[in-house]
Amino acid sequence: MEPKHAHHVHAPTATQASHHTELAIEGMGCASCVAKIEKALQAVPGVASASVNLAERSATVESSVAENTLIQAVIGAGYKAKVIEAEQVEAQMAEKEAAEFAYYKRLLREMAIALGIGVPLMLYGLLGGAMEVNAGTRVGWLVVGALTAGVMYYAGRHFYVGAWTSLRNHSANMDTLIALGTGTAWLYSMLVVLAPEWVPESARHVYFEATAMIIGLINLGLALELKARGRTSQAIKRLIGLQAKTARVIRKGEEVDVPIERVMMDDLVRVRPGEKVAVDGIVVEGHSTLDESMLTGEPMPVEKSEGAEVAAGTLNKSGTLVFRATRVGKDTALARIIQMVKQAQNSKPPIGRIADVIASVFVPAVMIIAVVSALVWLNFGTASLGADRAMALALVSATTVLIIACPCALGLATPMSVMVGVGKAAESGVLIRNGEALQTASRITAMVLDKTGTITLGAPKVTRIDVLAEFPEDTLLQLAASLEAGSEHPLAQAIVESAQERGLTTAAVSGFSALAGRGVQGLVDGKALLFGNEKLMQEQGVALADAVSKAQALAEEAMTPMYLAVDGRLAGLIAVADPIKEDSISAIQRLQRNGIRVVMLTGDNRATAQAVAKKVGISEFFAEVLPEHKSDKVAELQAQGEIVGMTGDGINDAPALALANVGFAIGTGTDVAIESADVTLMRGSLHGLADAIAVSKATMRNIRQNLFGAFIYNVAGIPIAAGGLYPLLGVLLSPVIAGAAMAFSSVTVVSNANRLRLFKTQEH
Amino acid sequence: MWLFNVVGLVLIALIVWWFWLYKPQSVQVSDQNAIDIVVENGVYNPAHVRVPAGKPLKLRFLRKDQSPCAAMVVFADFNISEELPLNKPKEIELHPEKPGRYSFTCQMQMYRGELEVTGGSQ
Repeated sequence: MEPKHAHHVHAPTATQASHHTELAIEGMGCASCVAKIEKALQAVPGVASASVNLAERSATVESSVAENTLIQAVIGAGYKAKVIEAEQVEAQMAEKEAAEFAYYKRLLREMAIALGIGVPLMLYGLLGGAMEVNAGTRVGWLVVGALTAGVMYYAGRHFYVGAWTSLRNHSANMDTLIALGTGTAWLYSMLVVLAPEWVPESARHVYFEATAMIIGLINLGLALELKARGRTSQAIKRLIGLQAKTARVIRKGEEVDVPIERVMMDDLVRVRPGEKVAVDGIVVEGHSTLDESMLTGEPMPVEKSEGAEVAAGTLNKSGTLVFRATRVGKDTALARIIQMVKQAQNSKPPIGRIADVIASVFVPAVMIIAVVSALVWLNFGTASLGADRAMALALVSATTVLIIACPCALGLATPMSVMVGVGKAAESGVLIRNGEALQTASRITAMVLDKTGTITLGAPKVTRIDVLAEFPEDTLLQLAASLEAGSEHPLAQAIVESAQERGLTTAAVSGFSALAGRGVQGLVDGKALLFGNEKLMQEQGVALADAVSKAQALAEEAMTPMYLAVDGRLAGLIAVADPIKEDSISAIQRLQRNGIRVVMLTGDNRATAQAVAKKVGISEFFAEVLPEHKSDKVAELQAQGEIVGMTGDGINDAPALALANVGFAIGTGTDVAIESADVTLMRGSLHGLADAIAVSKATMRNIRQNLFGAFIYNVAGIPIAAGGLYPLLGVLLSPVIAGAAMAFSSVTVVSNANRLRLFKTQEH
Repeated sequence: MWLFNVVGLVLIALIVWWFWLYKPQSVQVSDQNAIDIVVENGVYNPAHVRVPAGKPLKLRFLRKDQSPCAAMVVFADFNISEELPLNKPKEIELHPEKPGRYSFTCQMQMYRGELEVTGGSQ
């Protein structure tokens, strides 16, 4: 039998695309199924072998066929199947790290060999040793030249092979520059050694030390860069680490531990205290508290009992739960979060595009500059320095230009910072969709907040009932609850819940209709009911008399008063209040302190809106805004020149979220609408907004520093390397120093990006 | 001296032609709309792929290059960037709708390839 997690037995080559697929099979009960499925799979053209394991309910297939075709074949045989990811993401990460570590060690070994030759040679030159070739030293230099060639072969082969293959492909990269620079230095030196008579006497200088040193230093730089890069992906590693490895599945009354990739939809999964939830699901049995902080950043454990949703990666604290798997594998909230963070980390904000354009033409341009600088030395240096010296300087300057130029720093500047910044945001429960959202979020000047569910908890409660006719309080509530029973509006739910708390039963409703932004109407117990705001009553011609002032008074206390009219006559007022989230006030202050214009939008009446706005310190608000008009307000602000962020729960705010420069969706708990917004706040707190803006600002600052550094480095370095300082100061940059500068420029960029990891979101 | 200058100018002309002006042959994608691209020694091979517009396309990358630069392939116009595992094929699906030339690169733009999307399905 195949091992459970067979790693790819062989690495398929590009042309021979035979691969290994593992399928989890559902509905398999007996040994005869094995033969049936195997036969069905083997009948697919392109399948080399298929073996089915009854105990594990899995099939292992060697084929050159797409996974879907295999699944279809199994379905055709009357079973269900899904692909088992050959390896878990975690295993892939570990493998990647192992490969990188091996590469790191190889780079260090190569560096040691190269510097082992280069450093003594350079010291010899610095301490006054003759680097010129004459009759007495020729054989010695020949040996050194051969040793250097050995270094080039052993430690620098990857540069030359890379340069040659890319040259053949009409492209040029870092390898091209390094290979040309070190190759020119070596070839010239060998020419001096082998045929000194072809070279003017004063130019018979060897540069073997430059070749060896540059190869050593650049390998060192690559090794350091690799190490620093590893640290930039820590956030994603942490998220991946949240995934459980096995799940305890109840099958046919027996509990078995299975790897999580074999958990199927609708499997019953038991999670014991202290264990991680393996896949997303709905609790069918038990009661417990779950720590969801790893996903939402919310520190308080959440209670879960029958009917509650649980999310993969969260930690079960106290009791035992049995839940039915509703999302498995790539579909769990955690997997989607990981996928989204990875995607975002790999995307580029627009600011990086200039650097990309420069990087794409950089290498050939530098080669041209190197040739031009050599020509300038030859043409203009000969008169003042003599032909011999000019020739030596032409060679040194061309080599140095090739070596110092560093397209990597330019190319790395943006992605490295985005990687760290997006990861950092994810750590504090802020999911940023892509680089563009990151860049725009850093420039937000106005933030539109939806009131309900954003500033407030979104879970309103009935706080007052004013009887205005002959009906008693409970009857009013019962009528209103009956009317609202079918509605999903949060205010309606508050009324229904309140009626349930009082033990009132709702009656049947007929002729129900919801009037957007106004209220509802319908028939209950033969009574024509109207339930909603002042506008509704006015439109329907219900006399309100002094109820308006009562309603106003309630509204001033941030309650939402709703009028109930029975048979065209006002019967009472029911006030519902939606408590303001604990930290909304401090979060809004934080935004305002950062100079952001905070605007509140709500479909609620003006008085309630005003009361809430006053409590949370917002001076600008729009009340009674119909859902479809929310986006108009965003457009108005944009017309005023504001860069607008819009925050809502992502359901009825969708058009406004889409229109805003950056849409923020507030997730409640783990129920994240991560596909809908530019930025998703996984916990309910508005502090996530300020955090998101702060992280994006810090990231953009970091990118600018990196781009500036990389740009200035090349703009200043290349002319100096070409000999720009020689006419003024009489100095010419040594190719060895250029090599060191080049090697460390990329390390500097990556290290600066890593500094972002220290960034702390300021709470409260 | 003139010899040096001529050699230098010829070199510059060669660089301009070889790297910027020369338009290499594209590899026409096969009927299955899938093509294998090997990432090795600093290049994509093939680096130029011609495909008809309007047909879904599968590119199967096999990265043999250990350098971290090769670890990512970016199709900026399609908003795709994918990590390429070492020595394991990675499939990327694209739906090129509009004819045109779309580049695919590593993160640092040093590895470069081009997708030539031709009008209509042939």
